[in-house]
Amino acid sequence: MDINDILTEMSGLEQLIFRLRALYGKAGYRQYQMSKFEEYDLYARNRDFLASEQIISFTDTDGKLMALKPDVTLSIIKNLKDMPDRLQRLYYDERVYRVSSGSGSFQELRQLGLECMGAVDDDALLEVLELACGTLAEIGGQAVLELSQIDILRGIFDAMGLSYAQWDMVLPLVQSKNLQGLKALLSQLAPDYSEASEFLQKLVSAPGDPEGVIRLLRSAGPGLVDPASIDQLEKLIAGLPEDYRKIIRIDFSLTGNSRYYNGIIFQGFILGIPSRVLAGGQYDRMMKRMGKASAACGFALYLNLLERMIDARDAGCEGKEA
Amino acid sequence: MDEYLNIALPKGRLGDQSYALLKKAGLECPELEDPGRRLIFTSAENKVRYFWVKPSDVAIYVERGAADLGIVGKDILSESRPDVYELLDLGIGKCRMCVAAPKSFEDDFRGTLRVATKFTGCAKAWYGAKGRDIDIIHLNGSVEIAPILGLSDVIVDIVETGTTLRENGLVVVEEIFPISARLIANKAAYKFKEQRTRELAGRLSEVINE
Repeated sequence: MDINDILTEMSGLEQLIFRLRALYGKAGYRQYQMSKFEEYDLYARNRDFLASEQIISFTDTDGKLMALKPDVTLSIIKNLKDMPDRLQRLYYDERVYRVSSGSGSFQELRQLGLECMGAVDDDALLEVLELACGTLAEIGGQAVLELSQIDILRGIFDAMGLSYAQWDMVLPLVQSKNLQGLKALLSQLAPDYSEASEFLQKLVSAPGDPEGVIRLLRSAGPGLVDPASIDQLEKLIAGLPEDYRKIIRIDFSLTGNSRYYNGIIFQGFILGIPSRVLAGGQYDRMMKRMGKASAACGFALYLNLLERMIDARDAGCEGKEA
Repeated sequence: MDEYLNIALPKGRLGDQSYALLKKAGLECPELEDPGRRLIFTSAENKVRYFWVKPSDVAIYVERGAADLGIVGKDILSESRPDVYELLDLGIGKCRMCVAAPKSFEDDFRGTLRVATKFTGCAKAWYGAKGRDIDIIHLNGSVEIAPILGLSDVIVDIVETGTTLRENGLVVVEEIFPISARLIANKAAYKFKEQRTRELAGRLSEVINE
């Protein structure tokens, strides 16, 4: 049996993971392997960063309360040496343990992703975005990579004088593109800031075409949007290869968790899969919160969603061949 | 336009009203007007496929991507909080989520308030925000009789005309939020069918405001 036989024997998902690891390795990312367990306290302190709040915990032989990893990024932030002047490129292929939203019981999920930590500049950010596009291209099928810029949203909220508690009321309406609800709430919360409120509604409901959204951002009233953030967004999109530029959309209803993320955030979709298959962004705020001086960005791929689609696609191909 | 729009409609009066709006907005489906016992209807001409589903299941079909779009009451959205886009208030199926109690009831804030409801999430959120300690009694129907039989102090339920409440000796104590039907969209499907979805939402908005 040679390597080609082994590859042929792999499931469609295994083959994809194999190709993605090769893609990340070629880009200079090294695999970061970690223990299945982590101290419970790490997750308890950062519960709202996690996709599901419940954690499987157990007491270790020395009496320490431990947890089965519900997340990979927090462990990497905690365990990786903080080197803010260098760029550390890592990818991981790990199992995490989370509560399924459907059944409400714990399940083991395989998660593949990458992190870029340290001196993250626009070039590093572009590299991560390019790898996110490359990941979607490896999966195959029609894809969309949707970008947002969380500092722009934060700037508009600040211009309206919204408190953090008010952000929590506004964000669900932004995330669900509920314009009528957003208009009604902002007229109560920020009645004196109708210009900013109208601009936010336009931004959230704008079609995703990047050129159109950037034009809209540049038309904002004075002081509402930082021109440097628009320039960065434009430069990043322009820096992508043409094939990847075609799948980029901008959507400001994508907000992420503003307590952890900053700057560019993104998520990826594949036609036929009912939710995002990839999500990531810059999380310097999270780094700071955990006492690290490094900047960081990265993304994770939700393999459980892909498995069914790849199996169905493979079955379809076999059916056609037959 | 080679892709079909898959739309989940709630069975019943709200579904009929919703289809009437969609038909006016250009998504007619003659098959659906003579349904028989079928639940899926297609119009090749308008590239649309409708499904009749239980009203409380519409959001599940949309969130899970079996339907691109759906029409669902705000009560169900508030209760299940699906991860979908809520694109338009259709202004139909209007009613209110309310707290109701026997006429003689007055909350003295002593002890735990017993709340009977089908909408446990809404009740928890409402009383949680007030810091009021409650005991939730989940019921699946005929909620109005719970205070009469001493099962609960108050109920949280949908009130349309108020007739059922009155006939059972209850009155509205507080209005939690107004309810109407909403056009919702699956977030992933929206990315690939953005133009058609936006056009439909725009036409529906015009139809509603006619």
